[in-house]
Amino acid sequence: MILESKAPKGDIQTAWDRHKFDVKMVNPANKRKYTVIVVGTGLAGASAAASLGELGYNVLNFAFQDSARRAHSIAAQGGINAAKNYQGDGDSIYRLFYDTVKGGDFRAREENVYRLAQVSVNIIDQAVAQGVPFAREYGGLLANRSFGGALVSRTFYAQGQTGQQLLIGAYQALMRQVNDGKVKLFTRTEMLDLVIQDGHARGIITRNLVSGKVERWVADAVVLATGGYSNVFFLSTNAMGCNVTSTWRAARRGALFANPCYTQIHPTCIPVSGGYQSKLTLMSESLRNDGRVWAPKNPADGWDSSKGKVGKDPRQIPEAERDYFLERRYPTFGNLVPRDVASRAAKKACDDGQGIAYEGRGVYLDFGDAIQRLGKDAVGERYGNLFEMYERITGDSPYETPMRIYPAPHYTMGGLWVDYNLQSNVPGLFVIGEANFSDHGANRLGASALMQGLSDGYFVLPYTIGHYLAQVGPRGKSTEWDSFKQVEGEVTERTDKLMSIKGKRSVDSFHRELGLLMWEHCGMARNAKGLSLLLQEIPRIRAEFWENVSVPGTPGELNQVLERAGRVADFLEFAEMMALDALEREESCGGHFREEHQSAEGEAERDDEKFQYVAAWEFKGVGVRPELHKEALDFRYVKPSKRSYK
Amino acid sequence: MNLTLHVWRQKGPNDPGRFETYPATGISEHMSFLEMLDTVNEKLEAEGKEPIVFEHDCREGICGCCGFMIDGKAHGGQHKTTVCQLHMRSFKDGDELTLEPWRAQAFPVIKDLMVDRSAFDRIIQSGGYVSVRSGSPQDANAILIGKEVADRAFDAAACIGCGACVASCPNAAAMLFTGAKITHLGVLPQGAPERFRRVQAMTTQMDMEGFGYCTNHGECSAYCPKGISLDVIARMNQDLLLAQVVTRDEVRREGGE
Repeated sequence: MILESKAPKGDIQTAWDRHKFDVKMVNPANKRKYTVIVVGTGLAGASAAASLGELGYNVLNFAFQDSARRAHSIAAQGGINAAKNYQGDGDSIYRLFYDTVKGGDFRAREENVYRLAQVSVNIIDQAVAQGVPFAREYGGLLANRSFGGALVSRTFYAQGQTGQQLLIGAYQALMRQVNDGKVKLFTRTEMLDLVIQDGHARGIITRNLVSGKVERWVADAVVLATGGYSNVFFLSTNAMGCNVTSTWRAARRGALFANPCYTQIHPTCIPVSGGYQSKLTLMSESLRNDGRVWAPKNPADGWDSSKGKVGKDPRQIPEAERDYFLERRYPTFGNLVPRDVASRAAKKACDDGQGIAYEGRGVYLDFGDAIQRLGKDAVGERYGNLFEMYERITGDSPYETPMRIYPAPHYTMGGLWVDYNLQSNVPGLFVIGEANFSDHGANRLGASALMQGLSDGYFVLPYTIGHYLAQVGPRGKSTEWDSFKQVEGEVTERTDKLMSIKGKRSVDSFHRELGLLMWEHCGMARNAKGLSLLLQEIPRIRAEFWENVSVPGTPGELNQVLERAGRVADFLEFAEMMALDALEREESCGGHFREEHQSAEGEAERDDEKFQYVAAWEFKGVGVRPELHKEALDFRYVKPSKRSYK
Repeated sequence: MNLTLHVWRQKGPNDPGRFETYPATGISEHMSFLEMLDTVNEKLEAEGKEPIVFEHDCREGICGCCGFMIDGKAHGGQHKTTVCQLHMRSFKDGDELTLEPWRAQAFPVIKDLMVDRSAFDRIIQSGGYVSVRSGSPQDANAILIGKEVADRAFDAAACIGCGACVASCPNAAAMLFTGAKITHLGVLPQGAPERFRRVQAMTTQMDMEGFGYCTNHGECSAYCPKGISLDVIARMNQDLLLAQVVTRDEVRREGGE
C-alpha cells in the first residue's frame, strides 16, 4: 500500500489556499442530499458537526455522555496557541510552524503543521465571536501568556478553564444547529463498529446506553472525533470514559493506525496515593514557571515502604540535602524543560531511589523560594486556584509544604492515519482531533491540542469533506444492506459473548493489570526486553479476560459494566499494536524514549536515517502481526536538528 | 475506615425505587468519594451483582457529569466541590451516609443515582448561543471588552451544568443555570443583539421543562460547585422585564400590533 499524503506541492505558505481552490465543491442546493455521521462532541467533533450543519449538510452526531458538553476537551486547563503576535514579540505563523515541527521532534508532516499554524489565528477570532470569555487586559484587549517554554507569548487562556470555555463555545454552536434541525444529536449512544460498503465508509453501529438497543446508521461519510487512548494505561489524566473503541474498530475494518507508540506523559500530575486509584489529576504546566522541582539526595529521606510514609518531612530537609535535578541537569532551561524531558528526569530520580510519595513515585515541586521572593499573595494570585485544587485532593496546602508531583499519561499523538484532507485510507472515513495521528509528531507542545481540535473541526474538515462528497455524488442509502446486517450481527455476538462468560474477575481488575504493565514497559522509558515481555503478556491477559470476566446484568438495559467491558476488550487488542510499534521504532524521539538509544548523558538519540517516517499499521487479525506501511517524511523548511535543552 | 451506605436503587423511570444498605469497608482517607463507591461496586461485580449506577467521567470537577445527594446535600455539601473531588478524609469511621439522586420533576431518574438532565440541553438549544457561523469573523481584538465585563462573563460561564442548583432548590428551579448563560452572553457585546430574544426563549423553555420558580432561598448558589452567584438570577429577571418593553417596541416598528 502506498500512503499518499495528498499534500499540495510547491510553496508551503500558499499551499492551503491553493488546495482550498483546487478541491471540488458541493453545490449549496445539493448539500442537503448528503448525510454525514460525526462521532464525538469534543472540540473537534462539536465544531465539525456545527460547521457542517451550518453549510447545509444533514449531520448525525453521537456522544456517549449524557450531553455534548461533557466531552473530555473540557478538562484542558492551560490555553490555546495562536500566531496572532498581539504582544508584538516577534511571533508569526512561520514561528509557530517551526516550533511545532521542532517540538514534535521532526516526526510530523510539514504541510499539515503549516496549515495548523495558519488557521490558528482564525480560531481565536471564531471563539471570541461566539462569546468565549478569554482573559483580557484592562484596556479591553486579549491577554496572552508564554506557555511550555515558548519564547513568545502566544497562548490565549480563560483562567485554568480554557478547554471548558472553548468547548462550551463549540457546544453552543452545535446546540444552535440542533435547534435548526440540521444536526440530529444522539447522546448516551456509543459507536461500536464501522460499516464499509463497496470499499467506502458508509455507516456505524451504535448501542443506546440507556435501552441497550443496537442500531444502524447510514450516511455518505463518517467522521471520527473520538479522542485519544491514554486510558490504555488505566491510570491517566483522561476521563474515565475515554477509550480507543471507535478508532480501533475502524482499524479492524481496514483503517491504518499510525504511530501508536507516541504518547505524551505530562510531568506535573498528582501522584498515585493507593491501589484503589481510579484516575490521575493534572496540575497545570504553568506551575513550573515558579515552582522548583527537587528530590531528597538521601534516599532515606524518601519513601519508606515499611512505614508507608516518607523518611523526613520535606520542610526539615536542608538545602544541601536537596537535589534540584532539573536545574542541575539542564542549567539553561532548568525547571522549564519540555514535558518529555521533565518527565523522564523525574522517573530517573525515582528509579535512583530518591522518590517520595506512595511507593516512591513522586518528587517535590516547591514554592518556598517563590513565596519568599514574591510574597504569598502574589503566588496566590498566579496559582491560587491550582493550590486549592491540590489541597482538595491531597489535604495538603502548597503554601505550607512542597507539592508532590509525578508524571502521568495525558495525550496520545498517535491515531488513525489521515492524509492532508484528514481522510483515512478508507474512502469516506475522516478522522479529526486527537483521534488522528495528528500534526504533533512524536511530542505535542503545550496549548496545541485545543488548537488542533478546533482547526480540524471548524476550518479544515468542512472544506475537505466536500471534496470527497462532490466526487462520489449523492448515493442511495439503506441500513438493509448486507454490510449492515453482518456488522450488526458481529456486534451483537460480541456483546452476547461478554455477557455469557460470567467469570470471577471484575472488568477493572483486567484494565488495571494491563495498564500497570503498559505503564511499566511502554510508558516514559521503553526497552526491547520490556516490550517483548509485553507482547507475551498482553495475549495472556486478553485470553483470561475472555474466559474469566464478570459482566452482571443484561445487555438490554443500562449496563455500565458492559460498556467498560467492551472498551477494555478493545484496549487489550490495541495495546499489542502499540507495544509492537514501540519495539520496532529503534530510536528515541519525543515521547518515545528507548533506553538503548540515548547518549552517555542520558539524552534521547533520534535516528533520522532509519526512522524518519510515519509508521502506519494494518490490522491483520487478533494476535496476528499487523503489517507496517511507511509514509516517508520530507523536511523542506525546518531542517531536522537535535533538540537540546542543556 | 468502615462506613455504611444507604443507597437509592431504582431500575428505571417506572420502578418505584427503594433504599438498600451496603457496607463500605477498608476505605482510605485519600480516596475520593467516587473511588469509595468504585470499591463497593467492584465487590458487587465480583459477586455477580449489579453495581450501583452513578454518572461520572472526568473526575476533576469540570465535566459536570457527576452529582448526587449525600445526606440531603448536593455533592455532599463541601464548599465549591463536586462529588468526584470530595475526599473521604471529610468523613469518619462508622459514618452512615444516605445517597440519593437529584430529585426534580424535570430530571427523571434513569437508574439508581443517574438522572436525565437533557432539559438543560434543550434550554441552551432554545437560545443559549451567539448566532455566528464558522468562517472569518473580524479580528478578535476588534471587539474591546473591559476586564470587568470580561470577568463577569467568565464568572457566569464557569457553570458546568451538573444540576446541583436544581437539586438543592426547594422548588427545583433552574434559574441559576439559565441565568448564568443569560448573564454570560448578555453582558458581552457579541451577545447583545440577541439579548432580549434569548432571555425570552430560554425562560420559556425553562418553564416548559417543568422547573419551578425562584423564591430566593439561595440554596442553588450555596451548593453550586462553581460558586455561581445569585446575581445571575437578578440579571435574568431584569433582562426579562426589559425584554417585554424592548421587543414590543421592535414589533411595533416592524408594523405589527
